[in-house]
Amino acid sequence: MFNYLLTSVGLLISIGLFLVGAVGALLFNKNNKLANWWGNVAAIFGSLVALIFSGSILVSKVPQTVTLLNGSQFFNTTLRVDLLSAFFIFIISLLGLLCSVYGLGYVKHYYNKYNLGVLGFFYNLFIVSMILVVSATNALSFLIVWELMSLTSYFLVIYEHREEENIKAGFLYFIMTHIGTAFIILSFLLLYRETGSLDFEIIKNNLANTSGLIQNIIFISALVGFGTKAGIIPFHIWLPKAHPAAPSHVSALMSGVMIKTGIYMLVRIAFDILPSTPLWWGVIVLIIGAVSSLLGVLYALSEHDFKRLLAYHSIENIGIILLGMGSALIFLSLGMKSLAALGLLAALYHTINHAVFKALLFLGAGAVISKTHTRNIEDYGGLIKYMPRTAFFFLIGSMAISALPPFNGFVSEWLTFQSMFNGVAALSSLTKLLFILAIGALAFTSGLAVMCFVKVFGATFLARPRSAHVKEASEVSLSMQFSMAVLSVVALALGLSAGWAASMFASIAVSLKNLNNFVPAISSTFKLVNANDLAIMSMPVAFGAIIVVTSIVGSLIYIVTRKQKVTHNITWDCGTNLTPRMEITATGFSRSIITIFNGILRPTQQTGVEYRDAHLRYFPKNSSIHFGLKDIYSIFFYKPIQELFLKVSEKIKKIQSGNINFYIMYIFLVLIGLLLIFVM
Amino acid sequence: MISIFAWIVQILFVPVFSPLLVGITKKIKAKFQNRQGASIFQPYRDLWKLLHKDEIVSHDASWIFKFSPYIILSLTIIVGASIPLLSLATKNNYLGDFLVLIYMLALGTFFLALSGMDTGGGFGGFGSSREMTVAALTEGGLICSLLTLALASRTTNLFGIVNFGLGFHLQYLPAIILAFFSFCISLLAETARFPFDNPATHLELTMIHEVMLLEHSGKGLAMMEWAAANKFLIFLTLAVNLFFPFGIAVSLSLGSLILAALVLVVKVLLLCVGIAALESFTAKFRFFRLPDLLFTSFVISAIAIGLIF
Repeated sequence: MFNYLLTSVGLLISIGLFLVGAVGALLFNKNNKLANWWGNVAAIFGSLVALIFSGSILVSKVPQTVTLLNGSQFFNTTLRVDLLSAFFIFIISLLGLLCSVYGLGYVKHYYNKYNLGVLGFFYNLFIVSMILVVSATNALSFLIVWELMSLTSYFLVIYEHREEENIKAGFLYFIMTHIGTAFIILSFLLLYRETGSLDFEIIKNNLANTSGLIQNIIFISALVGFGTKAGIIPFHIWLPKAHPAAPSHVSALMSGVMIKTGIYMLVRIAFDILPSTPLWWGVIVLIIGAVSSLLGVLYALSEHDFKRLLAYHSIENIGIILLGMGSALIFLSLGMKSLAALGLLAALYHTINHAVFKALLFLGAGAVISKTHTRNIEDYGGLIKYMPRTAFFFLIGSMAISALPPFNGFVSEWLTFQSMFNGVAALSSLTKLLFILAIGALAFTSGLAVMCFVKVFGATFLARPRSAHVKEASEVSLSMQFSMAVLSVVALALGLSAGWAASMFASIAVSLKNLNNFVPAISSTFKLVNANDLAIMSMPVAFGAIIVVTSIVGSLIYIVTRKQKVTHNITWDCGTNLTPRMEITATGFSRSIITIFNGILRPTQQTGVEYRDAHLRYFPKNSSIHFGLKDIYSIFFYKPIQELFLKVSEKIKKIQSGNINFYIMYIFLVLIGLLLIFVM
Repeated sequence: MISIFAWIVQILFVPVFSPLLVGITKKIKAKFQNRQGASIFQPYRDLWKLLHKDEIVSHDASWIFKFSPYIILSLTIIVGASIPLLSLATKNNYLGDFLVLIYMLALGTFFLALSGMDTGGGFGGFGSSREMTVAALTEGGLICSLLTLALASRTTNLFGIVNFGLGFHLQYLPAIILAFFSFCISLLAETARFPFDNPATHLELTMIHEVMLLEHSGKGLAMMEWAAANKFLIFLTLAVNLFFPFGIAVSLSLGSLILAALVLVVKVLLLCVGIAALESFTAKFRFFRLPDLLFTSFVISAIAIGLIF
């Protein structure tokens, strides 16, 4: 029985379980509890089977293929899971598993408010569509499951449909994701034009004679299309609106894995399908990565909505992934394949790391929000006393995303740094300068990420409660704690097992066609990771050293100070009662950095005063100040495009006279035109 | 036998001598100001005194506040044990990478800033905010200045950098000097010295580092002060040993270790006089002028990298 799960049957069983979960949840939608359990338990088992299946492929390194129905080369339902697909299925099912366990407890607060059957239906379909996206082998079937993924996630975004804001966010997401899909279709159609097939395998082997121009167009439209899904700047505008609107365990999946499907296809197209790589592709990806990471973290710093802040960090981390991928593309174009493998390995490593710690942070945020019923960080404070375990798990997630050793985020940032260091060392002139700037961007990004998570953790969990909501909070249910605990352990484990994981991900990177089994510029044992003989480090030793030295320091200090008392009392109250108004807020915390970067962030502030007597303006009743940022993307990017469209439409309108004679004349002219074209 | 001795020195050097360095710096500053100044051993007495005082912890503080001093002190000891001090024989491949070093110290800064916010006092949070602002903007200059050396020597391991630097390479000298300037700016920012911060004052509206220690008392304060001293010595040692590595023992003998120690003391003292002079003759910068300085540091090191080929 167990052996079955390791073959391609495992994938089918998993898909079947998700479908059973989806349909069952919908059938039982009258009963809250049953719908919740049916939907989530099916998703748990479906994810578990997919996890075992993809894990076995990663270990055995043998791709699996399964065909559901015999199709033509225009449309077929063959699923092919090679190492890259297995890697992504592994991430999807790992997060699917933990988010579903979390969901069991989390969705209880929707009982009798929203329909849980619908949630279970779309939730299961959402996970299964992501698995299908990364295993589809045919452009048409890919587009169908891609659309399924977009639509199910759209319905999950607007699940709390009684809030006006969510509907708006969902609409923006709907529009943006379809603009992205349009570009994807364009690149697929061009691939079809060149090869006469929609099958990725056939396309891959028949592209050798394609002209550079066509390849460039294919790459650019894929970059725009999949980049929109991944949330690169400036196509990110939907992400900070849509992710916070969804239920938290769905936000975890969206931020953790759904945006990674964009990364998956970019890797697939750039490293596996398109045969040649001009230098400027890598340059563009590197620039997008640097800009997205730096701006993503700056916007996160200025944000006070808990989940929206995390969504901006997703943009930052996609940027970091693209830094690794961009350097890999540059190395590839210059024929340095072993360095390209190092860069791609860093990108893949960061992909799984980001999935793990971002899911952990979103689940932690969901736990806090479910107890305090607000997403505004300014209304929290002191939660560590009311939710100690959630706070601990969130602290681990914060350290991991801030790239602090010995957690996983550090390892992948280290690898990204090392691959870019190699870029500076190996290249000359402009590309070298570009790499220096990218290194600077990553360095500032990681520093600002630490700052941002000091802000989040400090404002949320430390000091005194700033609203009454906090005092009613209590620790969340066991299923939610379990998921966060497992993710914390995975975050640590992916850091400690850096050596083993790096060689595993390297084998995935070199399995792609363009890197055809080149030896990556990395060697590793369990203890050591050695990048290109330039750098060497060990995470288990770092962790061990921290544990050992802290315990020695702790015991020595204890021996010296054991006779001294520790009193708990009020400190620095200066004779008045300490109130929450005295502590720093998240706004205050990030204000200095916003002021420093005001050229980029364009902060705005509006002040308002309300008087007790509108005529006699002497006694103000209350005054308010509203800090915000100018939306430079709609002002400088989307608005001009919209105006252009309107202008052009305005011009075209003139031919619509409403007189039927004119329309007949148009038809006549077109006919003549067509005739001329065909005759000549 | 001698290698065990070298390792013991390597591990204990930073925590044992860092208070002395602080004492010496204060003494030099006092001399510049025509004061007698306290004995150079005063920091040791202060630590001993603080360790024997009772501790008051705010009602509002959580375990983060109590735990932070331990982890911050431990991290500076670990980093202190993995940088090149006296000899190349105590090289370690595990933690000797400069990115590991920077991020280990960043972990300490993370907890320092959290402990500043933990008690909910009016001062601590602003200190954390300023500290993190400065720390975030320092990172670029810090990484790029060390990267200059790493590119010249083709390794990011600190001992490898020193080993390369021991053979004198004239063609890299301009780049190394530029990178040294850039590193010195980062050093002043990281160790909370002028013109970034005034280490001599409490209760000043613009203070950064000291304000986060305000709520700590007794052993907590002792550990925080000690950790800050360790960090100061670590950065000074890095500045002199990485950029001007002459004097470091290559072979392992008692004589060469003592010679290396003497050379290190002279080099650190020279830099120390420089910092004390800077603190005596310049004024602290306005907070919003600090980013200019930090970006300058990044640009200088970017130019330095450009000079390496």
